[in-house]
Amino acid sequence: MNYFLTEEQQMIVDTARELALTKIKPIREKYDEEGIFPWDIVKEMSGADMMGLYIPEEYGGLGGGVFELCLAVEELSKICGGISLAMAATALGTFPILLFGSEEQKKQYLPDIAAGKKLAAFGLTEANAGSDVGNMTTTAVRAGDEYVLNGTKQWITNGGEAETYTIIAMTNKAKGTRGATAFIVEKGTPGFEFGKKENKMGIRASATRELIFTNCRVPAKNILSKEGMGFIVAVNTLNNSRPGVAAQALGIAAGALDEAVNYSRQRVQFDQPISSIQAVQHMLANMATEVEASRALIYAAARTIDAGEKSFAKISAMSKLFASEVAMRVTTDAVQVMGGYGYMKEYPVEKMMRDAKITQIYEGTSQIQRNEIALQLIKEAAKAAK
Amino acid sequence: MNIVVFIKQVVATTNVKLDPETGTMIRDGVECILNPFDEYAVEEALRIKEKMGGKVTVVTMGPPQAKEIIRKTIGMGVDEGILISDRALAGSDTWATAYTLSQVLKKIGDYQLVITGKQAVDGDTAQVGPEVAACEGLPMIAWVRKIEEISETSIRAERLMEDGYDVLESPLPALISVVKEINEPRLESLRGKMKAKKYEPKVWGVADMPGFDVAQVGLKGSPTKVFKTFTPKRQYKGEMIAGDAAQAAATLVGKIKEMNIV
Repeated sequence: MNYFLTEEQQMIVDTARELALTKIKPIREKYDEEGIFPWDIVKEMSGADMMGLYIPEEYGGLGGGVFELCLAVEELSKICGGISLAMAATALGTFPILLFGSEEQKKQYLPDIAAGKKLAAFGLTEANAGSDVGNMTTTAVRAGDEYVLNGTKQWITNGGEAETYTIIAMTNKAKGTRGATAFIVEKGTPGFEFGKKENKMGIRASATRELIFTNCRVPAKNILSKEGMGFIVAVNTLNNSRPGVAAQALGIAAGALDEAVNYSRQRVQFDQPISSIQAVQHMLANMATEVEASRALIYAAARTIDAGEKSFAKISAMSKLFASEVAMRVTTDAVQVMGGYGYMKEYPVEKMMRDAKITQIYEGTSQIQRNEIALQLIKEAAKAAK
Repeated sequence: MNIVVFIKQVVATTNVKLDPETGTMIRDGVECILNPFDEYAVEEALRIKEKMGGKVTVVTMGPPQAKEIIRKTIGMGVDEGILISDRALAGSDTWATAYTLSQVLKKIGDYQLVITGKQAVDGDTAQVGPEVAACEGLPMIAWVRKIEEISETSIRAERLMEDGYDVLESPLPALISVVKEINEPRLESLRGKMKAKKYEPKVWGVADMPGFDVAQVGLKGSPTKVFKTFTPKRQYKGEMIAGDAAQAAATLVGKIKEMNIV
């Protein structure tokens, strides 16, 4: 397939691939097993100028967009979908600043993120506010020039490791979704602490922790956009970041496909490599077709966003829905193709299968993506009917 | 601290094929890479520069396509690259190469440290570095696995030996060759790659180096003469020695003595 990448985009792909093969592949099994956060790899990514791919040049980035981010996340995820998340989740935490930050806020926070000196994270989910974000209970009460935050965010990727957090908190519960506000909160702010590190099924090299706010005072100037705009910030952030999750899913699937194809050529049963058995061939063919379809959809979504289209919530959700479902199917089938070996930790596909599952869950479950797609469909139809 | 690193373009060693007729390497369409040991040399130079400031210059002698390895080092963060390319240099052996590189050092003039890889993976001679040091009268520390301390005027380094390591101290300027234990080379950064893509290294011929004696280089100026290169034929001929163990052993020892092996 030719996706007509520019020379610069091809360089991003090549650099990410080299980094993944030479630096990530030798350590992925250990980091997964022991749940090690990949700071050494983050350093490599920063050294290769990859942490600021989607950040404008004026703030120290490379001036690319969602597409460039997706290309890098895909390549890294082919080797490890957990380690790639240090970058992808930083993008999730950075989008609110990119999309809604004032010039002053951008100047203050983006250069360090672009240089890879600081990671970012996004704090939306709570114990009782998952898909139902309107049910969140973290509050921010104005006190002079400050807001006082109280509450606990749950399952925050890069939690504890990141320096810069975008936190959504209720400033006026009575107003419902119009009563939420987005704040930039830095690690080390008094009253801001981290809960336990979660023990997860997959993406184990990624840190997932609670963010605990106890009378945490945040200056009013740290509000992104305006008071009451918190849900708008969150929704737009997710619309922009979903292709990145999709790219992670795509990378995991493509990595599993590579493993399965290579294995099938080597594994001999009934005096022939299993790649000559039609039952296996058809599985591989389905996997490859789905991976390519997923890639085409993600690239289209990312390019739509970068082209400045106003409405992209639908294609963004579609890319995430499709790619994550494909990732689960393809990784499951990769294990199946490899049989008993695939099930063992000596081979990487069981990890890929575990890593794939999260992509159907976080940043909106597959069911929430379908809600979003259906909502947009109905809106479009209603508009056309007018 | 201005550092000069000598680098070499070599054939990716996994792909070497020999012409059975001439015994020489088939170079057409073969992937060429930066000599792996030179990558450690470049990395070490960049680390010293990051600590102490200054400038890193890479120098390679070779045909115009050797510009590619210069570009790779530019991608890693090297400041400047010089390609030494001249028909007069064709066929130079290690001594003629070392003479040429010593003339390059004379022309560069302002440097405090020269770094090379311990050897190139094609010829495996490990001669050029020491010979350059000899030509220029520079102190040399070979097989450096760690630089313990470095200032503008001196260096203390660990030299890897088969049974451990030596610690040597030398005034600067000096020449060191490095082994792979010294560091882990960085990847080319994206900004570096973009810069490298447009980068045109300086190209020097023998005429660019004042006082260069052409009689000392090229095939004619090289003291080493290659008479023949060939691929040794594999011989699988063996001899079975009969008899019981004691008898067979005695026969074997006799044969070994006969062949003057011991």
